[in-house]
Amino acid sequence: MIPEIGQFALALALAVALVQSVLPLMGTARNNVIWMRSATATSVLLTVLVAIAFGALMWSFVVSDFTVVNVASNSHSLKPMLFKVAATWGSHEGSLLLWVLILVIFGLGVSLLAQNIPLKLKARTLAVQAWISAGFLSFMLFTSNPFDRVFPAPLDGQDLNPLLQDVGLAMHPPFLYLGYVGFSIVFSFAVAALIEGRVDPAWARWVRPWTLAAWVFLTLGIVLGSWWAYYELGWGGWWFWDPVENVSFMPWLAGTALFHSAIVTEKRDSFKSWTILLAVLTFSLSLLGTFVVRSGLLTSVHAFSVDPERGIYILALLAIAIGGSLTLFAVRAPQMEGGGLFAPISREAGLLINNLLLATATATVLFGTLYPLLLEAVTGEKISVGPPYYNVSFVPIMLVLVLVMGIGPLLSWKRADLRGVLDRLKWVAGLSLLAALAVWYLDTGGPALAVLSIGLAAWLLGAVLTEWAGRIRLGEVPLAESMRRARNLPRAHYGMVVAHAGLAVCMIGFVGSSAWKSEVVVFAEPGTELEIAGFDVRFEGVEDLRGPNYLSRMGTLTVTRNGSYVTTLRPERRAYPVAGSSTTESAIRTTLAGDLYASIQEPASEDEQGRWTLRILYEPLVVWIWIGSGLLALGGVLSLSDRRLRVGAPRKRTRPAPAPVVAE
Amino acid sequence: MKRILAFLPIVIAVILGGFLLWGLNPDRDPNEIPSVLISQPVPAFDLPPVEGLDTPGLSSADLAENDGSAPIVVNVFASWCVPCRAEHAVLTRMVREDGIRLMGINYKDKPQDARNWLADLGNPYERIGSDLDGRAGIEWGISGVPETFVIDGAGTVVFRFVGPVLGDEAIGKLRTALEQARQNGAGETS
Repeated sequence: MIPEIGQFALALALAVALVQSVLPLMGTARNNVIWMRSATATSVLLTVLVAIAFGALMWSFVVSDFTVVNVASNSHSLKPMLFKVAATWGSHEGSLLLWVLILVIFGLGVSLLAQNIPLKLKARTLAVQAWISAGFLSFMLFTSNPFDRVFPAPLDGQDLNPLLQDVGLAMHPPFLYLGYVGFSIVFSFAVAALIEGRVDPAWARWVRPWTLAAWVFLTLGIVLGSWWAYYELGWGGWWFWDPVENVSFMPWLAGTALFHSAIVTEKRDSFKSWTILLAVLTFSLSLLGTFVVRSGLLTSVHAFSVDPERGIYILALLAIAIGGSLTLFAVRAPQMEGGGLFAPISREAGLLINNLLLATATATVLFGTLYPLLLEAVTGEKISVGPPYYNVSFVPIMLVLVLVMGIGPLLSWKRADLRGVLDRLKWVAGLSLLAALAVWYLDTGGPALAVLSIGLAAWLLGAVLTEWAGRIRLGEVPLAESMRRARNLPRAHYGMVVAHAGLAVCMIGFVGSSAWKSEVVVFAEPGTELEIAGFDVRFEGVEDLRGPNYLSRMGTLTVTRNGSYVTTLRPERRAYPVAGSSTTESAIRTTLAGDLYASIQEPASEDEQGRWTLRILYEPLVVWIWIGSGLLALGGVLSLSDRRLRVGAPRKRTRPAPAPVVAE
Repeated sequence: MKRILAFLPIVIAVILGGFLLWGLNPDRDPNEIPSVLISQPVPAFDLPPVEGLDTPGLSSADLAENDGSAPIVVNVFASWCVPCRAEHAVLTRMVREDGIRLMGINYKDKPQDARNWLADLGNPYERIGSDLDGRAGIEWGISGVPETFVIDGAGTVVFRFVGPVLGDEAIGKLRTALEQARQNGAGETS
C-alpha cells in the first residue's frame, strides 16, 4: 500500500510540475498576476508530493518491504537501521528520487524565501525550475521507477553494496546532490534573465547566495566522498582523477568561477553575459555528471546499473536543457552590454584572470574526462587518462591561480596600484621563498613541484593575512581601534579570508600526502615487524569478529617509536556474505604531522592461513586537506551569513551607475 | 564578432553531445580491453621450463603445431598474484572435468616461489613457460595477471580474458570460446 501511495504521489508531482512549467510563463506574457503567483502554490504542492514519495520509499526500506524490487536488491533485514535509511538513496532509482526531492526543495526555497524578487523574474525562474523537475520526474516514472514491485517477494534482500555501508558515504550523496541540484536554481535564474533579456546588479545579488549555498554543499559532498575513498578503499589515496570524481569537480570549479564573476556583475555591472554563461554551464556540468554516472559511458569504479535506454533519456533531457539554454544565450547575450569600464590593473581584471584560469581548468578536466571517449569514437583506440595528464595540465593552471589569488584581493576596483600592492607583499614573497627553500633543503631529491607548491601555499596564506591586517590597519592604529575594525569588517570579507586561507591549507595537505608519502606492503605472519617513517610496527595477529550483517577479521598492529608505545592499529577486513563481497576498514592514526594508515587483506587461500597482506602507509599532512576543505566550506557559510544578503533591497553603490531596478 | 562568439558554447555543446550519443551505443563496452591478437596467429616466443620443475617449457611452436583437434587454453599466472589462486581451482576443475588442454605462462615469478605454489595447489598445466623478464608478456600484450587466452587448432588466438576466470559469467565466456575454437578446427580439417 505505502509504495503505491509513493507511486501515485510521483505521478501527481509530474502533473503539478507540468502545470508549473506553463502557467506562470503564460502569466508573464499576459500580465496575469494570479497565474504568476500560482508558481508559489504549485511549488509547495510539488515539494509535498515528492516528499511523500520519498517518505514512502524510505518507509519501504525501514520496514524491509522486499516486495519492492528496489528494496529487495539494495537492502537486507539484518542491516543496521542507519544503512537501511541510507539505502534509500543507495540505488540509481532512489538516488534519483533524492535528486528530485532536493530539486523541488530548492524551488520551494525560492518561492518562499525570495520575497523581494520582481514577480515576473520569480515566475519565470520557478517555471524553468519546474521544467527540470518535470524532466526528471518523467525520467523516473518511465525508466527508473523506484516503486516497482516484485512477485513472488524474496525472503530477504540482496543487501546494499557493502562499500556503501558507511557513515561517510551515507552522507556523501545528499551533500553532493544539494550542491549539484543547488546550481539548478542559478540556472533557472539565468534562463529567466535570458528570457527577460536583462541582467542587472540586483539579479546578481539574488543569484549569489544560491550559488554560494550550492557551492558549500558541493564542497562538503566532494570532500566526504574523497575522505571515504581515503579510509574505505584501503589504497590510502584521496583523489584518483576518476571520471566520476571529475564530473563532480567540474561544477565545483565552474561554480567557483561563477560566484567570483557574479561579484563583478553585482558591484560593477559588468561581466554580465559571462556570468550568465557560467550559471548555465555550471548546472550543465552537473547534469553531465548525472548523465555520466548513470549511463555507463565511461569506465569508472563508481557506477550505477548501466542501461543504455536510461542513457538516451537523460541525454535527451541534457539536449533540451543545455541545448535550449545555450541557444537562448547565443541569441540574447549580444544584447547585454557591459557596464563599468576598468583598467588592466584592477580588481575586475584580477577577477577576470581568476575566471579565465578557472574556466581553463574546468575545460582541462572536461577534456581529460571525455578524451578517451573522443579518441575511441575517432580512431577506435582505447586509452585511459590518469594523474600524469592532470599533473602537467591542471596543476600548473591552479598554481598560477594561487599566485594571482594572493594579489587579487589587495587590488582596488576600477584602477589599482600594482606597485603599491607588490610593495605590501614583499615580506610575504620573501617568507614564501624561505619556505620553499626550507622544503628544498629538507628534501633535496624530492619533486620540484612540491617545493614550488609549498612556496605558493605560504604566499597565499601570507597574502591573505596581509590583506586582512591591512583592512583592520593592524600596527598602524592602536590595537583597540584595530579590534573594532576587525569586528566591523563584513562577514563576507571574513568568508573570503577564511576560504582563501583554507585553500592554502589544503595545498599543504595535497603536497605532503602526494610528494612525501611512504608505503610498505608485506606478507605478514604474526610477529612480523617492519619500519616506516620512523615508526616500528609489529603485527600481533588476527581475530575473527561477527558484525550484524558481516564477518570481520581484525588485525592488531602495535606501533612504537624509539621503543616507546605510540598506538595500536586495528585494520579490518569485512566479508558480507549476502552481498558476496568484502570491504576494507583501514585503521588510521591521525596527527597534524601525518597519518599512519594500515589496511589488511585476507590470506590468499585457505591453505595459507596466517599469511596476511599488510599495507602500511605514512601520509604526511593529509589531515590538512580535510581542515582546509572545512575552512573552504566555512568561508562560504560566513559569506552567506553576511548581513548584506539578508537585508532586502540592494544598497546603492558609490558608483554613479543607473540604480538597479528592483520592482517591476 | 560578439554574435559569433555567443554561438560558440552551443556549438561545442552540440559536438560533445554527438560524441556522448555515439558513446551510448549498446554494443559498446567501455570496460572491454581489445586485444590486437584476436584472429591473429600466436606471437613468437620461446620460454624455458620453470627451473627445477618437470613440466616442459612453452613456445609458439607448441601452440602452432597443435594437431588441429583440441583448442588450447593459455593462462598467464604468477605466485604473487592473489586472484590467480582463486582462478587456479576453476582451471584445475575444467582440466579435470571438461578435459581442456591448459598451458601456462609463469609471469615474472621466482622459480622457487612458482614451484612452491604449484606444489601447494597442484599443477594442472601441460606445459609451463617461465617468463622471468616479462618479454613474452609483452609479445602477448598482457595488461596484468591473470589473463587467459584460447588458441584454436590452427594456432590462432580466438579469445582473450583479462582478470581471473571466476564466476558463471566468466566461465561461460571461456566455454563459448572453446566451443568456437573447436568448430574452427573442425572446419579446417574437413
